[in-house]
Amino acid sequence: MKLITAIIRDTKLDQVREALVENEITRITVIRVSGRGQQTKEQIYRGKRIVPGLIPKVKLEIAVNDEFVDITVNTIIKAARTNESGEVGDGKIFITPLEDCIRIRTGEKGGKAI
Amino acid sequence: MILLRRRKLFVTGILLLLFAVNSSASDGNGVDTGITAWMLTSTALVLLMIPGLAMFYGGLVRTKNVIGTMMHSFAAMGIMTVLWISFGYSMCFGPNALGGWIGWDNNLLFLNGIDTEVNNGVPDYVFSMFQGKFAIITPALIAGAFAERVTFKGYVIFIAFWGILVYNPLCHWVWAKDGFLFNMGANGAIDFAGGTVVHISSGISGLVAAIYLGARRGYPRTSMPPSNLTLTMLGAGLLWVGWFGFNAGSSINSGLDTAQALTATQAAAAAGAITWMIIEGIHQGKATALGFASGILAGLVVVTPAAGVVRPYGALSLGAIAAILCYTAILVKNKSGYDDSLDAFGIHGVGGITGAIMLTFFIRKSWMSEAASLTEGGTWTVMQQLGVQVAAVLVSIAYAAVVTLVILIIVNKLFGLRAPAQMEMQGLDASYHGEHGYGMLNAS
Repeated sequence: MKLITAIIRDTKLDQVREALVENEITRITVIRVSGRGQQTKEQIYRGKRIVPGLIPKVKLEIAVNDEFVDITVNTIIKAARTNESGEVGDGKIFITPLEDCIRIRTGEKGGKAI
Repeated sequence: MILLRRRKLFVTGILLLLFAVNSSASDGNGVDTGITAWMLTSTALVLLMIPGLAMFYGGLVRTKNVIGTMMHSFAAMGIMTVLWISFGYSMCFGPNALGGWIGWDNNLLFLNGIDTEVNNGVPDYVFSMFQGKFAIITPALIAGAFAERVTFKGYVIFIAFWGILVYNPLCHWVWAKDGFLFNMGANGAIDFAGGTVVHISSGISGLVAAIYLGARRGYPRTSMPPSNLTLTMLGAGLLWVGWFGFNAGSSINSGLDTAQALTATQAAAAAGAITWMIIEGIHQGKATALGFASGILAGLVVVTPAAGVVRPYGALSLGAIAAILCYTAILVKNKSGYDDSLDAFGIHGVGGITGAIMLTFFIRKSWMSEAASLTEGGTWTVMQQLGVQVAAVLVSIAYAAVVTLVILIIVNKLFGLRAPAQMEMQGLDASYHGEHGYGMLNAS
């Protein structure tokens, strides 16, 4: 079991969700976050150049069984990338091992609880 | 509207002069300061409805579209005002031109000819600015039907053409003294403050636009919750307050008929709201805030054409009927699959049609006898007036639907009105304005 944490542009949330749903990955958690990575691209707002300090992003958390890791990651990459080649600021994906998973309703444990 | 009053004022004017001469204040230019003060207030109240509408609609869309949706209302304040002053007022209130399709008077372009004009104690500037607010809010109402999926540029061009080609001719037909609906039947089609001109035209146009542009991505499967109902409730409150200017101001007077319109407005809004609350409470088990707000609007819309001719029990009845019919219309919409996002047709179209037709059964006796005295035979029945009302409604529906469809097709082909999928998914705020309505939700 793995926990996939993806940080993406807030404007890409709908694309990513639609793509995940198409691939039958529907159980996700979404959080609004602010952060700072490599992205220092200047933006022009009302004629003024600004370099945002913390940039609004969206964080997705998806717990999956091992065989679903690749499809999930590939789907996110494809949907969250700007254009074909991608741009700085498109985000990152972290994969961490997941020790256990418990469904509260039944008390089931492990892969079948995901 | 003003001219309907003129006739009545002429009849009662002489009587009033006998004992009321000392009670009205004048500034020496023929301006009645009492009436003008109320008309100035009404003008400001109707303008207040537009930010009210921006809040109402803005709260109902998803977080990524709130600025774009509020801008739909605000953009109308700019565009429609400039058009109105340039030639809109001339198209609406000039003498018949092009066979009565519109009015036109070169003297009224840029309001040039009315610098010192006063009519019935009210400066023409005040009348023109008051009427101009109606020209702003009507296209802004349509935005609710295609919310969350139009380009900003396409929208701006669409409302400009819609104002010129749909609103102005309709306004001329219904409210100018030589408009053909103003003169239909014994004493004209009754449209006190804009049931046909404002609500039916915007509601029907919204329906046509919602069907032509197609549903939002994911509708109806994806849930699209309102971003901020507190904003919507404030907006509904501002609309209710502003509607006193809209309806009571439409008497172009500060007297008995103003009081009648004001009372009818309050009665219908309250009846609409509680009827909706009761229906929803019984039908769904919970009375929602949005339902209450929708009931307020249904009541206000239905009483708009009727405010001048119905008594309070009539206004209460109309409000309740409107809530029932609009509630049903929204249930039907949910089943039929077209995406009138914020129910511009469900409330304004259905409410407007209901008001324009049902008001016939609640008309004051004095209005009917006055209408009868204007006919050759000296009789005028409810059924005859019903015929006039239905004719006016059908004319508005047919004209608004056809011309709107033509404008939609042309604007969509030339400039792009339907937002591309990518833009729709990232939201109107980021796509067309480079801003975020709810930026404060994030640390930055």
